[in-house]
Amino acid sequence: MSNAVSAMHGATWSDGIADIAEAPLQGMITLRADMKDKAVKKAIAAATKVEMPGPGQANGVGDRGLCWMSPDEFLLLCPYDTVAADLARIQTALAKTHALAVNVSDARALFRVSGPAARDVMAKLAPVDLSPAVFQPGMFRRTRLAQVAAAFWMPNADTFQIVCFRSHAQYMFDLLKTAARKGSKVGAF
Amino acid sequence: MLILTCPCCGQTGEETEFHAGGEAHLKRFGPGSSDDDFQGYLFMRENPKGVHFERWRHVYGCGKWFHAARCTMTLEIFGTYPAQTLEPPKDLCDKISGKRPGWSWRTFS
Ligand SMILES: [Zn+2]
Repeated sequence: MSNAVSAMHGATWSDGIADIAEAPLQGMITLRADMKDKAVKKAIAAATKVEMPGPGQANGVGDRGLCWMSPDEFLLLCPYDTVAADLARIQTALAKTHALAVNVSDARALFRVSGPAARDVMAKLAPVDLSPAVFQPGMFRRTRLAQVAAAFWMPNADTFQIVCFRSHAQYMFDLLKTAARKGSKVGAF
Repeated sequence: MLILTCPCCGQTGEETEFHAGGEAHLKRFGPGSSDDDFQGYLFMRENPKGVHFERWRHVYGCGKWFHAARCTMTLEIFGTYPAQTLEPPKDLCDKISGKRPGWSWRTFS
C-alpha cells in the first residue's frame, strides 16, 4: 500500500498571536441516515461506542468522536489506522437501515489553532458568534472560514480544531497564518 | 447584515453562511399551463419595501433549505420556518403584525 501523508506534511507555524499546525492524519467517516430513527441510533451507538451528540455538539470518548453535521449527517472521528475496521463494523450495524457510511479521511485536512488568542483568530474568519459565553468546548460548528467551507470544535478552552477539504489545505494554512499575524490581536473577548 | 437562524439545525449565523434562494411560496406553472400563468411564474416577483418572504439555504452549514421572513428596509429577520410549508405560518404573521401593523405581502396580511 502507498505511504499515506497529510496534505501539508504536518506543517507548523508559530510566528504570530496563535500557533498554527496541520494535525496528523485522522480517520473520518461520514454517516448519513435518519438520526431520529431508533434502529439507526442504536446501530451507531453500538458500532462507534460514542453517545449520539445533540445538534451543534461533538461527543468524544478516548480517541473516538462523533460530531453533529446536520439533522441527517454525523462525522465520526477515529484513529487513521482503524478506519477500515470501524467502517466495516458500522456498515454491518447499519445494514438493515437506510443509511450511508463513507471513509472520507483522505478527502479532508485537519488544522489546529492554539494559544490564548485562538478565539481572536477564528472570529476574524467565521461568520459565527465565538464569544466564550456562546461557543465552548463540546460544541461543533459547520460554517465557512473566509472563502471555504469548514467545521471546527474546541478540544480545550485555548484550542480550535478545524476540518476542511483537502484541496483547500494550502489556502487554509495561509489563511490561518494571515489571521494570526503578529500584532493583529483584536481583544474582543 | 442579516442574522439568520436555521430552523433545521438551530445554528445562528450571518448571511454569508447562507445563500438566498429567491421569493418564497411560488406556485409553479409548468407544461400545459396558460402563457400568462407561465410568464407570471417565471418572471413576476414581489419587490416590497418592508415585509418580504424568501427561501434561503444554509449552504455552509447543514445544507438544508428553509423559509425566512424579513424586512427589506431594516434587514430585521422576523423569523424562519421549514421549507415544507406552503404559506407563512400563522404565529409568524401575528408576530409581524405586532411589529409592522397593516403589513401585506401578496395575499397575506
Ligand atoms: Zn442549518
